[in-house]
Amino acid sequence: MTALNLSRLITAAADTIAAHAEELTALDQAIGDGDHGLNMKRGFEALRSEADAFAGKPLPEALKAIGTKLVMTVGGASGPLFGTLFMALGKDISAAPDRVDLTAAFGKAIEAVAARGKSQIGQKTMLDVLQPVHEALAVGRTPAEIADIADLAAEATVPMKALRGRASFLGERSIGHMDAGARSTALLVRIVAQTIGEDA
Amino acid sequence: MSNVGIVIVSHSPLVAEGTADMVRQMVGDEVPLAWCGGNGHGGLGTSVEAIMAAIDKAWSEAGVAILVDLGGAETNSEMAVEMIGEPRAQKIIVCNAPIVEGAVMAATEASGGASLKEVVATAHELSPS
Repeated sequence: MTALNLSRLITAAADTIAAHAEELTALDQAIGDGDHGLNMKRGFEALRSEADAFAGKPLPEALKAIGTKLVMTVGGASGPLFGTLFMALGKDISAAPDRVDLTAAFGKAIEAVAARGKSQIGQKTMLDVLQPVHEALAVGRTPAEIADIADLAAEATVPMKALRGRASFLGERSIGHMDAGARSTALLVRIVAQTIGEDA
Repeated sequence: MSNVGIVIVSHSPLVAEGTADMVRQMVGDEVPLAWCGGNGHGGLGTSVEAIMAAIDKAWSEAGVAILVDLGGAETNSEMAVEMIGEPRAQKIIVCNAPIVEGAVMAATEASGGASLKEVVATAHELSPS
């Protein structure tokens, strides 16, 4: 991935998070503490303001720096979770990854997020989007297909009962609402898929 | 100071400060103590940066026990410990205990010169597991 399109990707991600901030907050208000949209927006605006600096680094260092920035700016539980995702990706990815490299590094990053959140698949979290995306990546789905798979996976958190995070306090009452973290993950997957798809 | 330090991390600065007041009432200045609360932008929440600063403030070579309230405080505290890194990280433990009772009991234990392991065990006894 060239420096130029990492900068464009960060800008596009910040745009999509800003455009959906109210929706994310509404999802989080239903079954959480209602700060997810604002928190994510703060974090991605911080990334936007330094997009060129990130893009000037080799990809592994750029991803680690992006993760650290998210940890420091997002707040809430999402900061460490999304931050860990990018920091772990940066740790395991090569400077010019092919699909195989990306799949392997993404798998490791998902494990790191699961460890950070002490969570696993099926507990109504961002992992429920990350895991199907990883599987789709592994079997060679196209970026457009992967974006759709992420949306469906976020949709699939609606009937789940939350077992981690603030939503788990609601028990059965968490059923019937989409997990906000799953939604923001799907939004980001779509932007990454679109940007990579355009460049391919 | 050689006593174990105590860090209090709440989503609310009022809860964190109030808990710290209760700890001070019990142990005075015998235990290094720091608190943080709020997201750093005037709202409820926790901040990794603030937690790292609180750990610095309460740092003791004997170690630091962190007391947290809800999940995000725990996740952010664990992240802060990781970012502080070794060799200090191995002397910092995030306790699984109710924040107010845990902080007061842990600090009381710490004021008697107990080890980090003993301080943490005292806090953990308060948690039904």
